Amino acid sequence: MTVTASNAGEITPPADLVSCTIDGIDIQVPKGTLIIRAAEQIGIEIPRFCDHPLLTPAANCRMCLVEIVGQPKPQPSCAIIVGADMEIKTANTSTVADLAQRGVMEFLLINHPLDCPVCDKGGECPLQNQAMSHGNGESHFHGVKRTFPKPIAISSQILLDRERCVSCARCTRFSEEIAGDPLIELIDRGAQQQVAIAEDKPFDSYFSGNTVQICPVGALTSKDYRFRARPFDLVSTPTACEHCASGCALRTDERRSKVMRRLAWDDPEVNEDWNCDKGRFAFRYLDEDRLTHPLVRDENGDLVVASWPEAIAIAAEKLTAARGTTGVITGGRVTREDAYAYGKFARVALGSDDIDFRSRATSDEETKLLRAVVAGSELGVTYGQIEQSPMVLMVGLEPEEESPMIFLRLRKGVQAGTATTAAISSWSSPGFTKTGGVVLAAAPGAEAQVLAALGSADSSLSDAAKNVASALNEDGAIILVGERLASQPGGISAATALAAATGASLAWVPRRAGERGALDAGALAGLLPGGRPITEASARSEVAVTWGVSPEELPTEPGLTVEGIIEALTTVPGAEVDGVAEGTATEVVVDVEGAGDTDSVDVEPADSEQAHGDPIDEEFEPRITALVLAGVEIDDFPNPDLFRTALLEASVVISLETRLSGIEAYADVVFPVAVDTERAGSYTDWEGRVRTFGQVVAEATTIPDGRVLAMIADAMDHSIGSGEPLPMRRELDQLGSYVGPRPDGPSATAPVKATPSSGKAVLASWRHLLDNSILATGEDYLAGTARAPVARMSAATAAGIGASDGALVTVSNDIGEIVLPLVLTDMPDGVVWVPGNSPGSTVNASLGVVPGAVVDISQGGQV
Amino acid sequence: MAELPGPVKGFSTTFFTMFRKVNTEQYPEQKEMFPPKPAFHGRHQLNRHPDGLEKCVGCELCAWACPADAIYVEGADNEEDDRHSPGERYGRVYQINYLRCILCGLCIEACPTRALTMTNEYELADTSRESLIYEKEDLLAPLMPGMVEGPHSMVEGMTEQDYYNGKVTQATPEQVAEVAQRNEFVLADALKAAQADDNDANGNEAGPSPWGSA
Repeated sequence: MTVTASNAGEITPPADLVSCTIDGIDIQVPKGTLIIRAAEQIGIEIPRFCDHPLLTPAANCRMCLVEIVGQPKPQPSCAIIVGADMEIKTANTSTVADLAQRGVMEFLLINHPLDCPVCDKGGECPLQNQAMSHGNGESHFHGVKRTFPKPIAISSQILLDRERCVSCARCTRFSEEIAGDPLIELIDRGAQQQVAIAEDKPFDSYFSGNTVQICPVGALTSKDYRFRARPFDLVSTPTACEHCASGCALRTDERRSKVMRRLAWDDPEVNEDWNCDKGRFAFRYLDEDRLTHPLVRDENGDLVVASWPEAIAIAAEKLTAARGTTGVITGGRVTREDAYAYGKFARVALGSDDIDFRSRATSDEETKLLRAVVAGSELGVTYGQIEQSPMVLMVGLEPEEESPMIFLRLRKGVQAGTATTAAISSWSSPGFTKTGGVVLAAAPGAEAQVLAALGSADSSLSDAAKNVASALNEDGAIILVGERLASQPGGISAATALAAATGASLAWVPRRAGERGALDAGALAGLLPGGRPITEASARSEVAVTWGVSPEELPTEPGLTVEGIIEALTTVPGAEVDGVAEGTATEVVVDVEGAGDTDSVDVEPADSEQAHGDPIDEEFEPRITALVLAGVEIDDFPNPDLFRTALLEASVVISLETRLSGIEAYADVVFPVAVDTERAGSYTDWEGRVRTFGQVVAEATTIPDGRVLAMIADAMDHSIGSGEPLPMRRELDQLGSYVGPRPDGPSATAPVKATPSSGKAVLASWRHLLDNSILATGEDYLAGTARAPVARMSAATAAGIGASDGALVTVSNDIGEIVLPLVLTDMPDGVVWVPGNSPGSTVNASLGVVPGAVVDISQGGQV
Repeated sequence: MAELPGPVKGFSTTFFTMFRKVNTEQYPEQKEMFPPKPAFHGRHQLNRHPDGLEKCVGCELCAWACPADAIYVEGADNEEDDRHSPGERYGRVYQINYLRCILCGLCIEACPTRALTMTNEYELADTSRESLIYEKEDLLAPLMPGMVEGPHSMVEGMTEQDYYNGKVTQATPEQVAEVAQRNEFVLADALKAAQADDNDANGNEAGPSPWGSA
């Protein structure tokens, strides 16, 4: 006490600091700090169950009781803010606090079943640990414990064992405060208090797995990890999530070379302590149906197992013959290092710049945006900024479905009152609703008009839109452009223009984890690593030095993007004769993609790119004859049939895959490659932040993509280095980012769309987080928590076809149809929304179009 | 007495020993005559409840306690139609590697259900490494009278707790019938498969099956 007094006399703390004494140690902490946090700062551990730094204080468990001198009873340190000159004594120095804590522990254990041997938490359980450190060995209680039937499934993934619960309310607070899905609640009182769900509403939250991780006892467990391992069996590796571009830090636990579980790891700048259920539970694909040997096509046309040297030799021979006319498509899932290897392989070994990392709907506008603004721009808009932004305008992006960490961060900002959101979307999805923002309704294709109106401060704007427009002019305003906007002509250009007009920062949010990294690594036509334009001589020579080639060997003109590659293959004479691409498929695509490319895009690099890329010549020389494909799904392409035709037309198809994907039916050589757990690597998240991960399975013998490419390149008498992830990463990092003139950004105008007539509607769509994704195959428990696929229309549109809420409706075109139950939704008339890739609703595969296309709608149908 | 010469003195010891009782045990011919002491730490055994269900819950505490890392356990969920132990959890995989095991007995001290105990069996030598990794079926205790081989359901009306409190004394007629029925199915399936094989082998069309319309 005397020490405090004398110290307080000598040092005057700054206004925002308060001083206190904990166990006799003086400490100054910022105003508003909880006692338990202050104690942590000086390394004093106070036992706790309900306290969590990212949740509001609850003081439910009473385990953190401390003595505060001058107060009659011990107080919960997790809920009391440090007051000036407070003298706090924890169990270390105070018998009162120690007795109180031991008493609380005894109470908590009265009804606890002590079934640690069968509990998944056993071995890493805060209750187990703190019962040992802060509990008495004996209990005064000799009665009969309260029991419940155990366990009960509160969703298909999450199991609840109510006997073990200590009513800390971490799970319910998480669900309500962080995820915004208050589907679980504490009900009843006293000994009967229990966590429960509403009778007909299971705990189908995208973030439910976090409650398992933060449960301080084994009350919440997951079906996935049930009884599979003990903590001491597991070897943990810090990893990055491969499921989306959010870039979550994870911890992957492996037992005997098999991944047992994944946990969210703490990265305050990115995912904080959380992740989504897909990232946590979808990892069965790592082990299932893996390709183990190279396959080559024999003289009978059958794929047969081959040795590595044989397969490499065949691939090298075929690719040497197709040098200069090979297209490379890597899909959005390859790592940064592999994307770099693909880019280098294309330029050095294949002598081609025809490479793209996008196996999805793209547009020239998007390509221009990426080349001009995004590539090599390093860390741009961050999670921290969106949390503190006066206006985050999302367009072409549904955060909860497409980038769950953006959703959580926005929600955090909105809850704290530091962020405001708005979205341009066809309807106000749960993700938008939970982030509390304004939804400016726009049918797909009309985004550009809304964006333009926001920029022009049009007087015809609604009040809500005016507020959004003025907020966009404030400092720190952000426009998040999702990759989906690429399929809406004029959208990306309008977003860029709006950003320029208002001074808002623009960030491009891809859906897949590897896209941003592949862009920065140069896996896009026209771009060398670090965002270097291939048209700039200085950029080429920098790269040539690192690659050890002469600058003349590098292509000087941008090659074909994915659209161009497919077009070049499918417009060769004879493509129609083949009978595969005839009729509707080709027609529709020409319609849709044509609208995106030629009609609406006003600035087309007329001579250079045309001359380079135009496949139709008088004496026909095919522009593209061979394809190298990696991590590509046929159904990812907006028109899968057209891509199949392209595959048929290509005389050589080399596929690098982790498992059979459908491409092998067209492939000449298939190489098995390593999955993420079998190699080190990195992704770049949407912010531009590099997320590295280590090799989880140390014993893995599979080979990463880059290494396979290096072997093929060697056999072709070119060298791209070893191709191993770490040397590739070093090389890429050494190259750094480009500084210098960049090509122009997109400046297309949107075509005016006619209002669809009755019986027709504009298709709107995005993918659910949990859907038919190939990385979530076999995850039945996870799939059980997915949102049910439904079709959505406005009441007027539905009335137009005589459909009612809940009835089946058919969305069709001349390629196929989707039949789903209808949910009447507040959205523009003449628009129908269906999920992009959910069971019973696969837009690409069934309809072969992108959102914005006009489709037929009718009542009824057969599922 | 006069001093005997050294060699004679030495050989006299040998000579008199020839008439003493022999200490040599004739192993393995006469091993039953010299059983190990009752507390000898020999090969492990996975015990059963009196109705034949396994006591092991797959908790891995034995593996945790093992100083030689000789035990490997994988737990799994008991399903209603595939029950191996009372309660939620059972040991799906249970291996003890006797090349590593030092027979210290820490595992049996750790076992919370007394599923794991040690027998007096000490003959743990073999000619291959594989054969010295004992699997669950090698370690499970033999069926005593009143037990029936799992998986089968628990005794009607009994809880997991009742099993540990000794309220279950033997398999009930229901359990016996359940297992008998299951075995019949297995037998019928095996016969059916054999029949099908027979037909294929003889190149005959499968005639009217004596096992119904399959």
